[in-house]
Amino acid sequence: MTAPRIEATGLRKEFGRITAVEDISFSVEAGEVLGFLGPNGAGKTTTMRMLTGYLRPTRGAISICGVDILADPVRAKKRIGYLPEGAPLYPELTPSTLLRFTGQARGLKGKELEDRMARTADQVHLGQVWNQSIETLSKGYKRRLGLAQAILHDPEVLILDEPTDGLDPNQKQEVRQLVRQMALSKVIIISTHILEEVNAVCTRAVILSDGRIVADGTPGQLESMASDHNAVSILLPTRDSPGFVQKLEKLPSVRTVEVLPESDGRSLLQAFPSEGNLILGEVADLIGECGISVLQIKQEPGRLEEVFRNLTLPTGGPRHGGQA
Amino acid sequence: MNISPIYRREMRSYFSTPLAYVFIVIFLMLAGIFTFYLGGFFARAQADLEPFFTWHPWLYLFLAPALGMRLWAEERKTGTFELLMTLPVSMGDAVVGKFLAAWSMMGISLALTFPMWITVNVLGNPDNGVIAAGYLGSLLMSGAYLAVSACISATTRNQVIAFVVSVAACFTFLLMGFPLILDLFRPWLPAAAVNFMGTVGFLQHFESIVRGVVDARDVLYFITFIGLWLYAGAWAVDHHRT
Repeated sequence: MTAPRIEATGLRKEFGRITAVEDISFSVEAGEVLGFLGPNGAGKTTTMRMLTGYLRPTRGAISICGVDILADPVRAKKRIGYLPEGAPLYPELTPSTLLRFTGQARGLKGKELEDRMARTADQVHLGQVWNQSIETLSKGYKRRLGLAQAILHDPEVLILDEPTDGLDPNQKQEVRQLVRQMALSKVIIISTHILEEVNAVCTRAVILSDGRIVADGTPGQLESMASDHNAVSILLPTRDSPGFVQKLEKLPSVRTVEVLPESDGRSLLQAFPSEGNLILGEVADLIGECGISVLQIKQEPGRLEEVFRNLTLPTGGPRHGGQA
Repeated sequence: MNISPIYRREMRSYFSTPLAYVFIVIFLMLAGIFTFYLGGFFARAQADLEPFFTWHPWLYLFLAPALGMRLWAEERKTGTFELLMTLPVSMGDAVVGKFLAAWSMMGISLALTFPMWITVNVLGNPDNGVIAAGYLGSLLMSGAYLAVSACISATTRNQVIAFVVSVAACFTFLLMGFPLILDLFRPWLPAAAVNFMGTVGFLQHFESIVRGVVDARDVLYFITFIGLWLYAGAWAVDHHRT
């Protein structure tokens, strides 16, 4: 068992009287792709800025591959590739001169630098705009270039703040593909608003709310926190099916049944299991017994959106949001 | 030390925008106007560059803040500051690299005034040692102005504010060396304090170098002054993140 590649302990960040991050601790092991979820102002960006050494935490410690980033920032930063929010780049440079700059600043030189630049340009498809000034590039190209400077030096740790924000569906797919490829050899932290992205690329996700971690687990574990997790949905061709609903409710492992009338005379039944039960089999048996016709039956995995909403909707009065 | 990538990136930014060319042209035009109209270069009928150098403190008063104002304020505004600060480059390297690039721009502009030097050599027999000292003094003083401007640029993301405050700060250091200003303070302050003010200002050091007296103490003054302001600049950069 190796030491965690990223370890954050008791992180807290205050900006004047506003507390953006209350108290965050987590660690990430090799091979993990950790998703940072949370509404705007939950502290995702602030946390990432602390991890990358841009912001100094008010309290807490961060270790990157065993190097304390507060004590030895230069050595720790060498291990990190970082795509800041919005991918800021020097507008007057070109992709080639920008990558040369960040590569040199990261200690690459000579043939190694040239090789890495060529390989990275290839990986993110920058060839077409290689010598065009950055301010004339489309948003998609800028984002790819931001990603390119983050992976140029083949870092052990990759931190990406909303890498797919503002990209079209094809570009999003491309970025996810790239992240999955790189996940084999790196530790990746990726923040996103897009919940489908979590299932697409992350091996683990944390949900942040008001500067705290409110959930931490694999996407499957998070989905299982949804109230409709393992619920069975049955689509019926008729508006009501007397008797069937009552029988369904009487099953010992079923907690409750909801009937939702659909358009064109159909109806949708949702049977929610009581704690931890799997009811698909029993429901199917019951359908057989009653001899009713069913258009569709499926077991719900649980919706991440619902978990997200339940965990991050403010419960108390209005609170000060920190930085997005 | 990892200054060179920062330095080269800055220089590339100067020359891939009109900034470098506009700056150099304006520098040369102003230097010429000051020398020939205000300095009375020809009327003096002397083969030296005194009327040229005499006006440099005023030339730099606006040109150094103009060059220095963008050093940090622009990076903060565009967000590239975050990119820069997460590269494995120490604060000192970043501050020095940026300063040296801006100072190089001053040096290039100053070097391009060489026709002035050729002119006096054609017209008469100037003391070229004194002229060399004048160039050295002028370059050192421009560095002092720039170091102040760079530090002030680090405290804001607004370039106009950086410019105005830098001009005011540089003006203060310029005035502190004028006998007229020092005389104003003489009735109120002990003599030692007034003399100290004069020593802190640019003018006395600059003038003695331009006269051809390259005293190590004057050179040391400018180097120390630059060093202190760069240090303050590094502190300001570090404490104004976001």
